[in-house]
Amino acid sequence: MPDLSGLRFAESHEWVKKDGDTATVGISEYAQSQLGDVIYLELPAVGQQLDAGARLGVIESVKAASDLYSPVSGEVSEVNQDLKDHPEYVNEDPYGKGWVIKLRGVKDNPKLLDQKGYDAFVQGQSG
Amino acid sequence: MTAERTPLYDEHVRLGAQMTNFGGWVMPLQYSTIREEHRAVREAVGVFDLSHMGELRVIDESLAQRVVTRDLTRLKSGRIQYAMLCNEAGGIIDDVLVYAVADGGFLMVVNAGNQDADFDWIRAHSTVKSPSPSGGGQGGGVLNVGRDWALIGVQGPRALGLVQRLSPSELSGVKYYAFVEGKVADVACVISRTGYTGEDGFELFCGNDDAVRLWRALLEEGQADGIRPAGLGARDTLRLEAGMRLHGNDIDASTNPLEAGLDWTLSLDKDFIGRDAIVKARDRGLSRALVGFKMLDRSIPRHGYAVIQGGERVGTVTSGNVSFTLGYNIGMAYVPPALSQPGTRFGVDVRGTAAPAEVVALPFYKRPHPK
Repeated sequence: MPDLSGLRFAESHEWVKKDGDTATVGISEYAQSQLGDVIYLELPAVGQQLDAGARLGVIESVKAASDLYSPVSGEVSEVNQDLKDHPEYVNEDPYGKGWVIKLRGVKDNPKLLDQKGYDAFVQGQSG
Repeated sequence: MTAERTPLYDEHVRLGAQMTNFGGWVMPLQYSTIREEHRAVREAVGVFDLSHMGELRVIDESLAQRVVTRDLTRLKSGRIQYAMLCNEAGGIIDDVLVYAVADGGFLMVVNAGNQDADFDWIRAHSTVKSPSPSGGGQGGGVLNVGRDWALIGVQGPRALGLVQRLSPSELSGVKYYAFVEGKVADVACVISRTGYTGEDGFELFCGNDDAVRLWRALLEEGQADGIRPAGLGARDTLRLEAGMRLHGNDIDASTNPLEAGLDWTLSLDKDFIGRDAIVKARDRGLSRALVGFKMLDRSIPRHGYAVIQGGERVGTVTSGNVSFTLGYNIGMAYVPPALSQPGTRFGVDVRGTAAPAEVVALPFYKRPHPK
């Protein structure tokens, strides 16, 4: 189990890991398990400015297409190019090689949940 | 309305399946991943719970002849045909497999969500007196037996070897679209060489009480073959590669068999419900045709997406997904006949962008010929 203590979660099931004013964004273990086999991601261009809660792209699994939202505001500095050929990384390692985008100029979003809060939120949703 | 459960429900839960609601039944969507289950069926063997499917025993042969599109008088006992049930307008109420039973009459295997409506439809067209005490009028000649039977699919290149090891019957001689009665794992079964995956294999009908025993025996004996239980997710990606229509997605009461590319299921020289409307539609000329297409980029077509030509909506995608076997994305769509030739290009509206696609011949995938 990876160390998730530094992560913050949105109720739309993305995670963000901040490092100074840069951040890495991905989707949660719960989200990937609900989506099932990820087969395609439509991701933003580098340089695009995103607000917290704005749509950042689309994730498609065998089952359905779903929107992805940015948990924090910032400018896209990198997208995970490996996901083009290996979208299954999102399923296999959602907190590691399945990361989705990186942002710079990031501002905090006080609405995000820590791991405990997110787990409780997911429990409430699936229960 | 609560969803119905098959006799294998507890087995699915024990195997950790993600369950889903389908056609009024709670069924396994996937046990591991759809990709893995799909691959197991293409390369080894997969086992499916299909007990949600309906079975109708149509004892009255003339009734069967009136409701299905195909001439059943030429169907020999022990053989199976794919046919349509159509309404008066020629629309497809359901697509069915018709089994010619030795005792006379037919067994129809119908889609789970349609089984009660199909039964009512066929009964309503019966001229035979119902045997039920309340009857006295019409409505005899057909029985709804789907809930008495379990159905287990065993599909993949290793299916024959696996089922043969568990059965004293000689199975290699059972032709595609034929069936025999026999035992598998000491369970009395109808052993049918059919499937909905594009692979060789069997569908095994048995009594509800024997379903768990048969299911477990197949999984245990199949370990050496790399068997996997497979859910509805893989069933859908497999049947799409095989170009098989899904009722409710690709065909329904608003589509006729001609535009669905199912003219080979029609015996227009016999009388059946919907025949006249279908002949009229043929003589008038079709306004659309169901085609297979592949995406030329990486976007994924989905049911309901628009087909675009010259900036206009000209058709509709009925099924679409990734093809795990072929490595690109595929779909089926209704398009104007002028756009139905293989090699024709059109756009598929994926979130506002006309993603490029090209018509290809169906099926997308054909299994290598058995040695």
